[in-house]
Amino acid sequence: MKITEKFINTGNKDTRSGFGAGLLEVGRENADVMALCADLTGSLKMEAFAAEFPDRFIQCGIAEANMIGTSAGLALSGKIPYAGTFAGFATGRVYDQVRQSVAYSETNVKICASHAGITLGEDGATHQIMEDIGLMRMLPNLVVINPCDYNQTKAATIEIAKHHGPVYLRFGRPSVPNFTPADAKFEIGKAITLAQGRDVTIFATGHLVWEAIVAAGMLEDEGISVEVINIHTIKPLDKKAVLESAAKTGAVVTAEEHLIAGGMGELIAAFLAKELPTPTEFVAVDDLFGQSGEPAELLKEYKLSSINIADAVKRVIAKKIALSK
Amino acid sequence: MAEITKLQEIASQVRRDIIRMVNMAGSGHPGGSLGSADILTALFFSEMNHNPAKWNRDGKGADMFFLSAGHLSPLFYSVLARSGYFPTEELKTFRKLGSRLQGHPSVERGLPGVHIASGSLGQGLSVSCGAALAKRAAGEDNMVYVLIGDGESEEGQIWEAALFAAQHKLDKLIAFTDWNGQQIDGPVSSILDLGDLEAKWRSFGWNCRVVNGNNMTDVVEALRWAKSTAGDEKPKMLLMKTDMGKGVDFMQGTHHWHGKAPNSEQTANALSQLKETLGDF
Repeated sequence: MKITEKFINTGNKDTRSGFGAGLLEVGRENADVMALCADLTGSLKMEAFAAEFPDRFIQCGIAEANMIGTSAGLALSGKIPYAGTFAGFATGRVYDQVRQSVAYSETNVKICASHAGITLGEDGATHQIMEDIGLMRMLPNLVVINPCDYNQTKAATIEIAKHHGPVYLRFGRPSVPNFTPADAKFEIGKAITLAQGRDVTIFATGHLVWEAIVAAGMLEDEGISVEVINIHTIKPLDKKAVLESAAKTGAVVTAEEHLIAGGMGELIAAFLAKELPTPTEFVAVDDLFGQSGEPAELLKEYKLSSINIADAVKRVIAKKIALSK
Repeated sequence: MAEITKLQEIASQVRRDIIRMVNMAGSGHPGGSLGSADILTALFFSEMNHNPAKWNRDGKGADMFFLSAGHLSPLFYSVLARSGYFPTEELKTFRKLGSRLQGHPSVERGLPGVHIASGSLGQGLSVSCGAALAKRAAGEDNMVYVLIGDGESEEGQIWEAALFAAQHKLDKLIAFTDWNGQQIDGPVSSILDLGDLEAKWRSFGWNCRVVNGNNMTDVVEALRWAKSTAGDEKPKMLLMKTDMGKGVDFMQGTHHWHGKAPNSEQTANALSQLKETLGDF
């Protein structure tokens, strides 16, 4: 079956709504779950939780540093706080608070970061963050998760309550294809192989997983056999899955809505450089800030779309062939 | 009064511990630790509801203390050890490789009595807000105590937390400011003046008192007052007027001993001014 027939878009949805739905569900399942927000309840889709559990929802105001510290205090006291704000404010703005009060102190805080990447769109570079994966994955003890669609974001939001320890959960604003099964179990740290292939592996994360599927479909039509792997958990990286697939295909393309610096691609490349040097191409932003625009336009402008992934596949296959000669 | 005398004796031993720990480590922060010794002695040995033998990081069923000004770790470790959280012998390991007594408090190696890491300033007041919220959610009557520095109060996060605690009516949160007027680079007033700190905390919605933080009677009385006002829907701030370096004449009232270890001669001099009451570690 063609990859594009295997994965059907059941309708575009924003991943932040997956977070909101997951938060409500996990709130019903677990009375220790609390939610905190820094004046972005609507943007984070936390209204349903706040309405159903007013005593477990803490409005923090525009004071993100205090929100992270308060979350740490709740967590060490036995609560499971989900602290939500935009990804830029949840990382760079409060880096020291996350570092000391959450990661180093191993407090069970779930940092829930919406509007990640460039596709939040028109607000421009002050609100777009493409450095957050790097910032967060550098911190020991922190799990970094970047689900690909509504269903997976919802499942991840529910699952992280069961993991005792700090988590950075990254999701976004735009409506994107929803294509993973609604009943799929989310396993932290377990990469998902969406398609088996022989010629090249695309490791994709977040919104670009769908772009990778579309790219694989185009390449299949040209006779190129593409393996597509969803790296929803960036840290801890599923090293076994990465190594096995790289060994099998001998060529790697990474795709993410992030800078090359600090991103998933750099992580995979560093790992493979040590274990199994493999020709690699990066679909990511090279040392630039974003700008205002529509999400689809921005993906094109910053060379993050399916066409760019397909081009990267062709480049890396050419490299692989050149090296084998 | 017998009780006050007893607390003063403990404080003297705590001050000896501070001097000896910092001397043995060859680094650390004696000034603020000496200045706040009376406050934490009164808290840990008289006013706090805690059971060191049954301590849990989650603090359930007991009062909790957070040291936001993490550089006062020698003081913190001394009162913890002296009140039974861990053997006083372990004070010798302060700042040594592999020790649970890190330069600034850490939870990584599981030191009883420490709920969270601190050292990077301004964070502990927020953490204590979270702990107070959790206690309220659990229907607990226990208090949450936190010590911040006056220099630390230059951090914006302190004032975020100040607004938050008032907004959420955290009336079982009792904060102390070690108001010694000194910071690393000199007098607070010449660096980033805090102005009328009492008026500031009051205007932020806190019930606030200025206390002589080096007078044991006043400190104990202030703590009892703060506890008695739980129910007024306001967080409490005790502005503790202290002398940095209190108890050691050549360290007192100056910022020079904020983060400097005394040499052996200075240590001997300092110890000669502080009575050994509980036996040195």
